[in-house]
Amino acid sequence: MTALTIKNLNVWFGAHHDRVDAVRGANFEVQVGESFGLVGESGSGKSTILKAITGLAPTWSGDISVEGTPLSGAKRDRAFYKTVQMVFQDPYASLHPRHTVDQVLSETLQLHGFKDIDTRVVKLLDDVGLGGKFRFRYPHQISGGQRQRVAVARALAGEPDILLLDEPTSALDVSVQAEILNLLTDLRDEHKLTYLMVSHDLPVIGHMCDRLAVMKDGEIVEVMDSEDLRQGTAKHDYSRSLLAASAAA
Amino acid sequence: MSNITSHDQSWRAWLMTDAPTSRRHARLANLYQGWLTLRGNSMAMFGLGILLALLLIALFAPLLSPHDPFTQSLSNRLQPLGSEGHLLGTDSLGRDILSRLIYGSRITLYIVALVALIAPVAGLLVGTVAGYAGGWTDTILMRITDIFLAFPRLVLALAFVAALGAGIENAVLAISLTAWPPYARIARAETLTIRSADYISAIRLQGAGALRIITKHIWPLCISSLIVRVTLDMAGIILAAAGLGFLGLGAQPPSPEWGAMISEGRRFILDHWWVATVPGLAIFTVSLAFNLLGDGLRDVLDPKDGSQ
Repeated sequence: MTALTIKNLNVWFGAHHDRVDAVRGANFEVQVGESFGLVGESGSGKSTILKAITGLAPTWSGDISVEGTPLSGAKRDRAFYKTVQMVFQDPYASLHPRHTVDQVLSETLQLHGFKDIDTRVVKLLDDVGLGGKFRFRYPHQISGGQRQRVAVARALAGEPDILLLDEPTSALDVSVQAEILNLLTDLRDEHKLTYLMVSHDLPVIGHMCDRLAVMKDGEIVEVMDSEDLRQGTAKHDYSRSLLAASAAA
Repeated sequence: MSNITSHDQSWRAWLMTDAPTSRRHARLANLYQGWLTLRGNSMAMFGLGILLALLLIALFAPLLSPHDPFTQSLSNRLQPLGSEGHLLGTDSLGRDILSRLIYGSRITLYIVALVALIAPVAGLLVGTVAGYAGGWTDTILMRITDIFLAFPRLVLALAFVAALGAGIENAVLAISLTAWPPYARIARAETLTIRSADYISAIRLQGAGALRIITKHIWPLCISSLIVRVTLDMAGIILAAAGLGFLGLGAQPPSPEWGAMISEGRRFILDHWWVATVPGLAIFTVSLAFNLLGDGLRDVLDPKDGSQ
């Protein structure tokens, strides 16, 4: 069964002569339990695909279906929010500056209709490797890595099947990046999650993902296994140059 | 003694912690941090001191005032400052000015409190709804705001009072009706920047509706700048109320409203300057206090200053 199916997806912003086509004719499938990567330079439309899936980019055409259910427009129902969750790129921007960690998590749990909120908050913090002492802190009282852990905990609160990861480590220090990536790998095993991960960092994608799609200027130029990535056997010219650039760096 | 100090210290440590143990603890610690910032601003503390004094004076007016503010004594009229039994002199009807000032503080606080409750709340509601909803809702609400903004404040207030009838309640209502549009504009501008923030997208992805997002996520961030704006506007509100009183459209005689007192004293300003000057100084002091406090609160509350 496929977790996510994207068929002939176009996403654009603006209208008429201001129109920018951010994604053109994207096709890919993500199997249940798989970890799928989207790679490309900034501006290649990777994050826009996530936005279209979540309804944050309302102007799109084509077919998106989640676990066999097709989506339309910008409206998403409760079942969608229960199935798909997202971790944002910048943990400094994705947490409300005036809400404590406890408020963030308990409000999310409340929205998903859970009753045993207190025990669940403690368990979520535990799951993402944050102790109880972080529970009543404000975002400005914790570090970037800890914030991203809170953001991951929030995404997991509704017990989703699919997690969309929008460059979850690019705003963090190198030393913290590895921690968050390991956390995500562990959580995927524990909760049997499907990942759709966006990154411009090839080693990260190679480490995290089973398959990946390479994007350039809004189009997917190649879908390949991460084994190919590690071997350096890309078919498309652009993928090869991306690999070479990454190896040089 | 040392026992008390160590007790104080433990309280401070409890409030200064960066690892609060409960929701209440986290909130108190946050408030305490804000209080420390405010306390560091001596001008703001000066303003706060004046306002607290005003509050106490209004509360204990019957105990503090040496005379009845309404008792007339025509044989004793227009006594100068420092005359026997009348520290600030008497007005044209022989009423003690100090007592009238003290009772007038109640009216001032009443006006300020009512306007501060009505105008920012109305502005916040209009501004955040317009900013968050966008589209037609935004256009309609903001054009209404523009219409209100286009009139000079006192003229519009005059028109309202003239339509509703003179009196302190109607003056408050008129001032509130003219005071809300700037708040709506601020709230809308704030909402526009907040609306596209990741934390709003994040809570939308949890299935939160517009009502919850506006009240629980946008309001807390708008309120701080509104509070600052309200304290800075207080001076203007007091002056507007005084202006209406001065024109005879606010508080009615013999009510000891400060603006009305100035208006009465105006007739004798050349020979008996204190009758108009003393209430004028009172208005000035309270306005200044609100301004100073507003400046200090901005340092504490404005999230853009990076204090959070």
